[in-house]
Amino acid sequence: MDRPAGKGVSRRGVLVSGAACAAATAMPASASSKEPSAPMKTPPALPVQVKVNGKAAALTVDTRTTLLDALREHLHLTGTKKGCDHGQCGACTVIVNGRRINSCLSLAVMHDGDSVTTIEGLGTPEDLHPMQAAFVRHDGYQCGYCTPGQICSAVAVLDEIKAGIPSHVAADVAASPAFSEMEIRERMSGNICRCGAYSNIVEAIREAAGRRQA
Amino acid sequence: MKAFEYTRASSPADAAALAAKTPGARFIAGGTNLLDLMKLEIETPTHLIDVNKLALDRIEETSDGGLRIGALVRNTDLAADKRVRRDYAVLTRAIVAGASGQLRNKATTAGNLLQRTRCPYFYDPNQPCNKRKPGSGCAAIGGFSRQLAVIGTSKACIATYPGDMAIAMRLLDATVETVKPDGSTRKIAIADFHRLPGDTPHLDNTLQTGELITAVTLPKPLGGKHFYHKVRDRASYAFALVSVAAVVQKDGTGRVAFGGMAHKPWRVEAAEAALPKGAAATAKIAFAGATPTHDNAFKLQLAERTLAAVLHEARG
Amino acid sequence: MKFDTPATTNPIDRLKVVGKATDRIDGPLKTTGRAPYAYERHDVAPGAAYGYVLGSAIAKGRIIGMDLTAAKAAPGVLAIVTAENAGKLTKGNFNTANLLGGPEIEHYHQAVALVVAETFEQARAASSLIRIDYARTKGRFDLEAEMANAPLPPPGFGGPSESKVGNFAGAFAAAPVQLDARYTTPDHSHAMMEPHASTAKWEGDQLLLWTSNQMINWGKGDVARTLGLPKEKVRLMSPFVGGGFGGKLFVRADAILAALGAKAAGRPVKVALQRPLIANNTTHRPATIQRIRLGATRDGKITAIGHESWSGDLPGGGPETAVGQTRLLYAGENRLTAMRLAVLDLPEGNAMRAPGEAPGLMALEIAMDEMAEKLGMDPVEFRAINDTQVDPEAANRPFSQRQLIQCMRIGAEKFGWAKRAKAPGAIREGRWLIGMGMAAAFRNNLNGKSGARVRLDGKGVVTVETDMTDIGTGTYTIIAQTAAEMMGVPLETVVVRLGDSSFPASAGSGGQWGANSSTAGVYAACSMLRDKVTAALGFNSADVVFEDGHVRAGNRSVALAEAAKGGELVAEDFMDYGDLAKKYQQSTFGAHFVEVGVDAATAEVRVRRMLAVCAAGRILNPKSARSQVIGAMTMGVGSALMEELAVDKRFGYFVNHDLAGYEVPVHADIPHQEVIFLEETDPTTSPMKAKGVGELGLCGVGAAVANAIYNACGVRVRDYPVTLDKLLPGMPAFA
Repeated sequence: MDRPAGKGVSRRGVLVSGAACAAATAMPASASSKEPSAPMKTPPALPVQVKVNGKAAALTVDTRTTLLDALREHLHLTGTKKGCDHGQCGACTVIVNGRRINSCLSLAVMHDGDSVTTIEGLGTPEDLHPMQAAFVRHDGYQCGYCTPGQICSAVAVLDEIKAGIPSHVAADVAASPAFSEMEIRERMSGNICRCGAYSNIVEAIREAAGRRQA
Repeated sequence: MKAFEYTRASSPADAAALAAKTPGARFIAGGTNLLDLMKLEIETPTHLIDVNKLALDRIEETSDGGLRIGALVRNTDLAADKRVRRDYAVLTRAIVAGASGQLRNKATTAGNLLQRTRCPYFYDPNQPCNKRKPGSGCAAIGGFSRQLAVIGTSKACIATYPGDMAIAMRLLDATVETVKPDGSTRKIAIADFHRLPGDTPHLDNTLQTGELITAVTLPKPLGGKHFYHKVRDRASYAFALVSVAAVVQKDGTGRVAFGGMAHKPWRVEAAEAALPKGAAATAKIAFAGATPTHDNAFKLQLAERTLAAVLHEARG
Repeated sequence: MKFDTPATTNPIDRLKVVGKATDRIDGPLKTTGRAPYAYERHDVAPGAAYGYVLGSAIAKGRIIGMDLTAAKAAPGVLAIVTAENAGKLTKGNFNTANLLGGPEIEHYHQAVALVVAETFEQARAASSLIRIDYARTKGRFDLEAEMANAPLPPPGFGGPSESKVGNFAGAFAAAPVQLDARYTTPDHSHAMMEPHASTAKWEGDQLLLWTSNQMINWGKGDVARTLGLPKEKVRLMSPFVGGGFGGKLFVRADAILAALGAKAAGRPVKVALQRPLIANNTTHRPATIQRIRLGATRDGKITAIGHESWSGDLPGGGPETAVGQTRLLYAGENRLTAMRLAVLDLPEGNAMRAPGEAPGLMALEIAMDEMAEKLGMDPVEFRAINDTQVDPEAANRPFSQRQLIQCMRIGAEKFGWAKRAKAPGAIREGRWLIGMGMAAAFRNNLNGKSGARVRLDGKGVVTVETDMTDIGTGTYTIIAQTAAEMMGVPLETVVVRLGDSSFPASAGSGGQWGANSSTAGVYAACSMLRDKVTAALGFNSADVVFEDGHVRAGNRSVALAEAAKGGELVAEDFMDYGDLAKKYQQSTFGAHFVEVGVDAATAEVRVRRMLAVCAAGRILNPKSARSQVIGAMTMGVGSALMEELAVDKRFGYFVNHDLAGYEVPVHADIPHQEVIFLEETDPTTSPMKAKGVGELGLCGVGAAVANAIYNACGVRVRDYPVTLDKLLPGMPAFA
């Protein structure tokens, strides 16, 4: 092992000097530095056919490409947002085959033959989906970045209640769930809004739900 | 994320065989944990075998009155199944207490059993972690360990198993069914499925290379009242500090398993005999020999009080 | 236009558009996913390559070797930017640490390289092939341990670091009722939903930078300074910002690295900071340790009020100004405040929503609750009798408006405060212990010079251009309302273009100064445009009225569009301020009321009801202003119950550096929220007679929650966040 003069510890990693480390046992021997590996060959790519907002799309994607990045970077549907890329915020929520998912934690190649609905497929500025209109009316957003995910989730949540899928706040999980603000809050909890529009979002969803039932 | 080849499996046995003969291969189903970890290069498979199209997505009744849950049954569908809601409410409650609606729509029964710890040092590739990189050390010991294990720990690892569903399955004495690369199958009692860290914390469970989970079976229903009480800092979309899964019968007997306490779902059958005597008596046995850190010692008191709340509700 | 005498009647006072609850004009774009954020500019920067940031693996030390060989050879890699090859970079005026580290490392996850590749996947994969050898040096990561090494820093943004009035020590010692308590607040992360992101494109020596930034003019200056470019060679564009909360006040690594990467790759490059990097790579609200001493007479008059705060930052950084509000909020003849600053080698501390007041009131307003209890007084009454209508340090300097008592009284009435049990732990509903708490809200109003350009075309369309940003605050809409009111046109006839450094410089978005300042700048430009219109149409009357798309004086009425028939009319002006803010103390006030349930078994806390009553000048758009307040209340719940960047004091970094580890409130944490705005116009602040409100809504919330928890279960926690592990030891046995 090479040792730079006068320093100490290992050539491969973090050189510890000073007595700062109470946790000397925990100090990495070579943690900070990634081991180099042989140069990669061209990364594998595969064809995928997806229906996005009713339109067929044929893509060839790196196997590593997430559904989120396929939408944003390949199809330029940037309404679906990347907030964390790790399933921790919900900004990337889209509806696949009728179900909402985090598009950041799904590979595009896993969606061959699937039907995807994004925020762009729900409505346009000139012709808003009732949920979008309700968000505008109730100011259910501020910076707008979590908003497409909130709206896609909200649309799917109403379907989930209708389909009888239980939630954490059910008093009796065997019973059919009913629409309530508690149900909405629990079911929408996978969509974080740091601007804190929650109270307004719940009102928007309540209004949109009423409209749908009417 | 390292580059990887991608193959869609055609049958469970083929998937297992392919996995066994392909170095660096991993199965992918929901992907909600694996892809998260691959993005950070905590997991670095060179080949992903997509098992999503395998016909393992049904819930069937077994001949002995239980349920056989296909490995690919999504969390949402398992929680929503009428039989599960009626006879195994603790399982539905555990599932809907976890993650978010979006994640439960993707996450599968098998994948959920395999989810890895949320220890923040495991999640940061710059830090030593014996689970991520055997022999590198454990930064969590002496570090920020509020979420981590209080019992069953080792000098190498104090990680917690983060899931909810498996806690209920442990309570219900579920069995994990698998197929091995040679096409043979085996059944693993859930109690033997997850491991304690010992000096090999990189191994979360007892699956062998290439072995694929095909189903989880539940024995016939237990009756009684079902509880899954999950305690966390925020009201939803958070991992448990402590969770209590319990089935309590009219006479006060029952079963209890704990989440958030250990490297595996924590159930001590001997402690269950004390349930009629109350939470303190039960917890005393269940957590004998606990080794909490300064940050997470509160979990012992919390687990006992949460159990007390469950037993209170069971009586009411 | 100079604003140096209090406003009299002006066209805004008509309130035909301003002051009306108005849907955001950018709503249809945002709710349909059509609003383009900085990383999404396929339209203007097609074919951009992808940058991926590598953060330092150590908190403090040096890079002693860096091997790029494998990364450079990886598929798709176009360029790798490091401190070694980036050329000379000068630290920005608003940055404490360098945005590109190396060889010196100043904090964990400081950017040390940018990998640029054809695809995001390639850039990410290649970044992990960079091999770096570090030499770690000893760092200071423990605020508590550094308290003894924390001097009074030089005066800064928050004023002098020490203030003294009367004889605090003597008065406190002599006070018949005393409180001396220590409080702590942890490091907080802004955790805005849109990561810091930029797309850079060079056109010759001109840099075009689409970036998510609150302060375009500051940003333009610091990008130019950092890269060594003349300011006119830098153009920043930030039409939509996915949240900032102070975290995007300054240029960050994404912007500089995108620019450097685009130069190196010879094509546009976009960079978004990966979420797990953000907490340590960017800024945060620094932790504080606060000591509060209150002395009072037995009938509740404060005679001595002392507030000291300790915080830490990197060398050259500043303190968290947590004592600022204590100089102004309550009466008391003997006063002491002090802010001490330790050097910490944690990531850079800086402004987060309501810097100073947010953590300061988290402490002060618990102290007030504790003192009220000692005195046997109702917390509202105790605060009310210590109200002051003048600056407590300068009796000749009145508050321009101060409706704190009204906020508290109206709030108490609406919230049902009278039903609060005086003794803690007295109300139980099933498993839940129920309690109420309140706190005063206080945040200074700040005004900043702000410019705008207004155009009138031949169709009567009014277009406003300013580099002001809308970070979710509703700026697009209030600017449109202002222009519509001034020019007498409907809202739909106004086009607002924001966030472009080629537009007149504005005050930007920060410190809750944006709304009043930026609309005042639009007011100035519109005033000038009105003069041009008047002249173009041949009116010479002083009492010209702009109304319903027409210009009218006496019997003569002409369509506004007529004025631009011969060509577009353009007016550009700014609003600048005299010394009214010195003559009058301009502040915003409020009262927060909170009801919580504490689980008698687990000590889990759930907020059940929330009310804020705010007095903050004219409310330009009650709909978006209310949203600002409920959003701040939500952030306040986070600070009370869950938000804490956990410091690893050995390795020197924030451990829980993603959105799973750093918990912020989710839907299920937040009940229905009520907001009441009191009628108020403040003629000393601007012709708009408005003040800020977006930060006021956060101030005091945390303490109101903590006080409610105490009232519910009888456990007083002085160390935020108030998590169940801190409550459990004091909770009664569960039965």
